Amino acid sequence: MFEGWVQIAIYVIVLIALTPPLGAYMARVYTPGETVLLERVFGRSERFLYRVLRVDPNDGQDWKRYGRSLLVFSAVGWLVMYAILRTQTLHPFSTYPGVQFHSGTWDVTFNTVSSFVSNTNWQYYGGETTLTYFSQMMGMTVQNFVSAAAGIVVLIALIRGIMARSGKSIGNFWQDMVRTLLYVLLPLSVVGGLLLVSQGVIQNFSHYTVAHTLVGGTQTIAQGPVASQVVIKQLGTNGGGFFNTNSAFPFENANRFSNFIEMLFIVLIPAALTYTYGKMVGNRRQGWAIFAAMFALWFGGVAVAYVAEQHGTPAQHLAGVNTHAIAGSTGGNMEGKELRNGIVNSALWATTTSDTSNGSVNAAMESFTGIGSAVPMGNLAMSDVVWGGVGCGLYGMLVYVLLAVFIGGLMVGRTPEFLGKKIEAKEIKLVSLAALLTPLTILVTAGVATASPLGRASISSNAPGPQGFSETLYAYMSQANNNGSAFAGYTGYIQPNAGNLGAHGVKLADLMGGLTMLFARFIPLLLVLAIAGALAGKRVAPAGPGTMRTDNATFVILLIGVVILVGALTFFPALLLGPVVQGLGTHLF
Amino acid sequence: MRRDLTTSVIAIVVFSVLFGLVYPFAMTGISQVVFPGRANGSLLRAGDTVIGSRLIAQPFAKPVIGKNGKPETNSSGQPVLAPDPAYFQPRPSTATEYNAAASSFTNLGPNTAVARDTFKASLAGYLKLERPYNPGLSASQVPVDAVTSSASGVDPEISVANADIQAHRIAAIRHLPMVTVKRLISENTNSRFLGVLGEPGVDVLDLNLALNRLTGRPR
Repeated sequence: MFEGWVQIAIYVIVLIALTPPLGAYMARVYTPGETVLLERVFGRSERFLYRVLRVDPNDGQDWKRYGRSLLVFSAVGWLVMYAILRTQTLHPFSTYPGVQFHSGTWDVTFNTVSSFVSNTNWQYYGGETTLTYFSQMMGMTVQNFVSAAAGIVVLIALIRGIMARSGKSIGNFWQDMVRTLLYVLLPLSVVGGLLLVSQGVIQNFSHYTVAHTLVGGTQTIAQGPVASQVVIKQLGTNGGGFFNTNSAFPFENANRFSNFIEMLFIVLIPAALTYTYGKMVGNRRQGWAIFAAMFALWFGGVAVAYVAEQHGTPAQHLAGVNTHAIAGSTGGNMEGKELRNGIVNSALWATTTSDTSNGSVNAAMESFTGIGSAVPMGNLAMSDVVWGGVGCGLYGMLVYVLLAVFIGGLMVGRTPEFLGKKIEAKEIKLVSLAALLTPLTILVTAGVATASPLGRASISSNAPGPQGFSETLYAYMSQANNNGSAFAGYTGYIQPNAGNLGAHGVKLADLMGGLTMLFARFIPLLLVLAIAGALAGKRVAPAGPGTMRTDNATFVILLIGVVILVGALTFFPALLLGPVVQGLGTHLF
Repeated sequence: MRRDLTTSVIAIVVFSVLFGLVYPFAMTGISQVVFPGRANGSLLRAGDTVIGSRLIAQPFAKPVIGKNGKPETNSSGQPVLAPDPAYFQPRPSTATEYNAAASSFTNLGPNTAVARDTFKASLAGYLKLERPYNPGLSASQVPVDAVTSSASGVDPEISVANADIQAHRIAAIRHLPMVTVKRLISENTNSRFLGVLGEPGVDVLDLNLALNRLTGRPR
């Protein structure tokens, strides 16, 4: 296992090293009056875009106007993407010898589009068998960019609200959007995408290739513009794969180095944004304090998952399989894992992807050991605020920070304040709503899906007993956190043939899932904008001797405690029924 | 509201063109010029014929011939396949049979009887194939990757331990000295990136191609 810990250490070192430079860069992108080097290249395009969009970038919006712009933009994006996915027979490359794509059914398309617009990328469809290249590019890739940017701009708006000295403006949505796309997501994607191609991730518009195998058979090999989509689905915490098996498929994640890059990209922007936040509020320690809390919660999960997966499963032991390391094999639970990644990179990826709201996978979560899969579930229980999605992770964490400030204030008997602003009844009401909404959504939807025969229709026939419950719970935890990873046996789409022919959706799963994703994305997002608006109007009071500091170790521990108490404990009974039963018992179902 | 709507419609059109067309086409153009082999799937060819991808496992199985001299078929009329003993075998692919255009996980849970039965069958098949060439081979000597399906179903690599067991069969059937087979294995082993990242693995298609170059295609 030593080699594995070394790999985890390298990952940590690279991540910590990249956080300040990228974080500082992003702070410059969003601070008026500061310019970044890329403006010399894109500055003209940026100004041209504002003219085309007919917006004045200096027109400061209050939280309601900012939110309205975001909602309308998302709604229009939803409709356009739905139209694209429902007209697949008209797309170029939709029919050629051996391959024919029809449109998905309306219910699974509803789910898929809601999933991409909400930055979830939950996949009831199978990429290479249901989507044309045109859909992948104009639908998936476009929403991967803009939904990620939408998350980041809300965070920036919240930071501006915290920082505002007077007035109501929290910035201009369109300006933030354009600058995020041009100066953050696009350059990183171009560089990262080409790096992935250099490792073997494919990027072409060829027909699927028919290979004549060594033993005299044939093998059809999928092709497509993969790298350009994969890089942004990693960077933008989207997670929806080009292929059904996501980043386990070698064309989506070709080798050991590409795996490291993709794994790093999952958390790169969410981690760097903590630094951006610290820099923008004028106290870097604030950013590092949040980084530290996130890091601790993340690392605990990595350690548990790695150790758990290094042991085999009861099914393997009872079948007589030796899961120990022997000469020339590192052993462990290798079912549903790729050899080149091994146990450590599969466990590291699974923990990271469920902490962030990325949801891409390089191994089959459903085949993890009970305790190994309790880690991703536990992460989802913490509402994806550990790193979290780009933007939404940190704004979710800041909601918890305000909650921790409030609880800390109650404990010492002082009016809670945060960075010089008093936290009062209105803010705490909004914070409580935002913090409780996601857990509540999960418990209700997972409950309905478990209790009704319509919901149980989605459970895989190979998943009896607690496995079926885990599938269901995971599905709604993942969708309500806009994560997108899955116990992939859980299905919302029955697709007997490649190309959607004769396919039909499982309506309850598709519709309840789609609504869950939209609800859990946009309601908390609006609440956060409302908090930003409420904070923006407040005067700043200088910190006094009685002010509780939010940038020291005590506060970090308090924050971790609040996240675990509010998030994880809500789900404790549910987790007992699923992964914990599986992890502690040796009984087969 | 109305202004937001106009702006949103224009924005979606502009962003769709930029990120849905210009960006992927530019990326494809650059990739096709700079990394043509890798951007097209690391395909391997014999003359003009594509014989597979270095990154994708392919089946090394042949139809089982029944007592009547015809290929055996299963209940759904498909030919029954068995591993071709002249080749190194990739990891099992129980969900998709090495389908590289419709990938899927097995989704076998940790505590299910169906998972246990699948592992049992894979282990028995492995022992049946290798034991004649590895007398006394026991289940505890079989590395776990040899009896578990990968995530993609087309994992191109096997562990060194797995290759070392299969080496005895290959040496016997292809009439090669063990030392030659072992040399080919080590030549086709991908080590950790920079010596640290990932796990070492033997590329099965590369290795089998190297064998064919040495001894010709079997039969």
